[in-house]
Amino acid sequence: MAISTAVLQAEMAAATPMSYWRTVGWRLARDPTTLVAGGVLALIVLSAVLAPWLAPYDPAAGSIRLRLAPVGSPGHLLGTDEQGRDMLSRLLWGGRMTLIAGLTPVLVAFVLGSALGVLAGYIGGLVNTLIMRTMDIFYAFPAVLLAIAISGALGPGLANTVIALSIVFVPRVVRVAESATVQVQGLEYIAAARASGAGVGAIVRHHLLANVLGPILVFSSTQVSLSIILAAGLSFLGLGVTPPAAEWGLMLNTLRQSIYVNALVPALPGLAIFATSMAFNLLSDGMRDAMDIRG
Amino acid sequence: MTPALLEVRGLRKHFPLRGGVLQRTQAWVRAVDGVSFDVAPGETLGIVGESGCGKSTLARLLLRLIEPDAGAVRFNGEDVLAASPARMKRLRRDMQLVFQDPYASLNPRLTIEDTVAFSLLVHGTPRAEAAERARGLLGRVGLDPRLHGRRYAHELSGGQRQRVNIARALVLDPRLLVLDEPVSALDKSVQAQVLNLLQDLKAERALTYVFISHDLNVIEYVGDRVLVMYLGEVVETGTAEALAQSPKHPYTQALFASAPSMDPEHRMERLPISGDPPNPINPPSGCRFRTRCSFAMARCAEAPPPRVAVSPTQAVACYLYDAEPARVA
Repeated sequence: MAISTAVLQAEMAAATPMSYWRTVGWRLARDPTTLVAGGVLALIVLSAVLAPWLAPYDPAAGSIRLRLAPVGSPGHLLGTDEQGRDMLSRLLWGGRMTLIAGLTPVLVAFVLGSALGVLAGYIGGLVNTLIMRTMDIFYAFPAVLLAIAISGALGPGLANTVIALSIVFVPRVVRVAESATVQVQGLEYIAAARASGAGVGAIVRHHLLANVLGPILVFSSTQVSLSIILAAGLSFLGLGVTPPAAEWGLMLNTLRQSIYVNALVPALPGLAIFATSMAFNLLSDGMRDAMDIRG
Repeated sequence: MTPALLEVRGLRKHFPLRGGVLQRTQAWVRAVDGVSFDVAPGETLGIVGESGCGKSTLARLLLRLIEPDAGAVRFNGEDVLAASPARMKRLRRDMQLVFQDPYASLNPRLTIEDTVAFSLLVHGTPRAEAAERARGLLGRVGLDPRLHGRRYAHELSGGQRQRVNIARALVLDPRLLVLDEPVSALDKSVQAQVLNLLQDLKAERALTYVFISHDLNVIEYVGDRVLVMYLGEVVETGTAEALAQSPKHPYTQALFASAPSMDPEHRMERLPISGDPPNPINPPSGCRFRTRCSFAMARCAEAPPPRVAVSPTQAVACYLYDAEPARVA
């Protein structure tokens, strides 16, 4: 009796399989590396969002007497920077800027790049040539150079950083989206949908996008870490967020002369950038594996 | 004679081969070159030929999934190629395609039930009714709708996927089914099951089949009439028995000779043809088979031989039967 109940339960489970995205979530939750990366990331994002409440001091308020206090100083857990501002508060506030400047361009690139890439891949011909060759122009420049050039032309500021980085990432996403679209479009299930009399809209929505967006999403997620580093890099060069606002790249820049006075404090924003981009990388790796369900 | 359900006249499709910096057309691949045939209601026309002879292109041309360069396709007397988009959508309900690749032909993001129901939704059937009919048809093709319906294609075996493929094609209640190598990707034992299913469905639903395969045994089993293709052209047509008993065209003879037979009495001693088919980019002049034909004559290179009837049930495009039909038996 016990055995037959177990068999029945197994059959019930087999008869009601999970939807695709639930299966992906289930697989993600079973991957320890991804879980740790996701946990770290959640912590970073949460601390950035809650910075106004978590930060013990005003991130812009310094004290001449307390410059470059070492890590672990009383009252300043992570020390102070070259103007005597509390490092913990600045790191928390800086995370907001870095995350916004790093994530927004990839989000923009995902939406815009998918649209352009799928359009180019689906229509083909002249439209494809026009879109793809235009993207190639941007693609021809190294990412850092392009970001610096556009930022330099637009001037400093968070909004301009986001615009500059979006221009860097859109062509990359378009490429991936176009090649995925062309590949899927050649498959027989697209022909089958056409043979059933389905219109362009139904084919794109139910057959094309459903199979193309996953790979594009995974690719886009791999670009987040690069985007964060580039955003910090632009701020480091004075092209991104303007002082006195706290931003990790900018903090690295202003603290870099102090590295001989107190080595650990200037390293902190660097460590924050490293941890965030690493966590994004590991998460996107895990996502790629979890989404590869076929086979 | 009853009017043909499908009439094909002089169908031609050449694919441009682009190259160079300017992507100019360098050459043309003559995938389908002047193919004509009729399919009577209720019959199975088998189309056989080597890979690369244009069989799959022909299937797509028949369903207007690609536009031909020239020629006519008439379905039930109606010109398919002149149909408006709205009319075409209606026509698609009557003519469906079963694909060769059981893996690439099913959307990995749709459940089996949704895959089959999709065609109905496209034609405005309410969702609940579409799902109900999809489940009914899945049951008919030998899948348990409760066990398999909510599953995804990758969870099924090749044979099960091909059953889904068939269910999808049948859900619109078509009159004509074009089957493009429906069993060649399957194991022999599964092939037999799917072939029998197809035969049963044909009788049940009064279907007409255009059955494309490279496998002569399969074609002989299902086909009433057979059409032999070589490099985009029809070289011989005839009833399945006529072709099996006395293949006329040297290419057909070679095909039968190279097909492994289960019956020792039927094993031929003649050597099958050697080598690969010539490149369809620059096919030989005149008869396209002449470069591999052991009976090739001087006139074979001059002009392509016309298709002539050698008996009421058989027609062949070969000069061997032009003057003296009795010379080669």
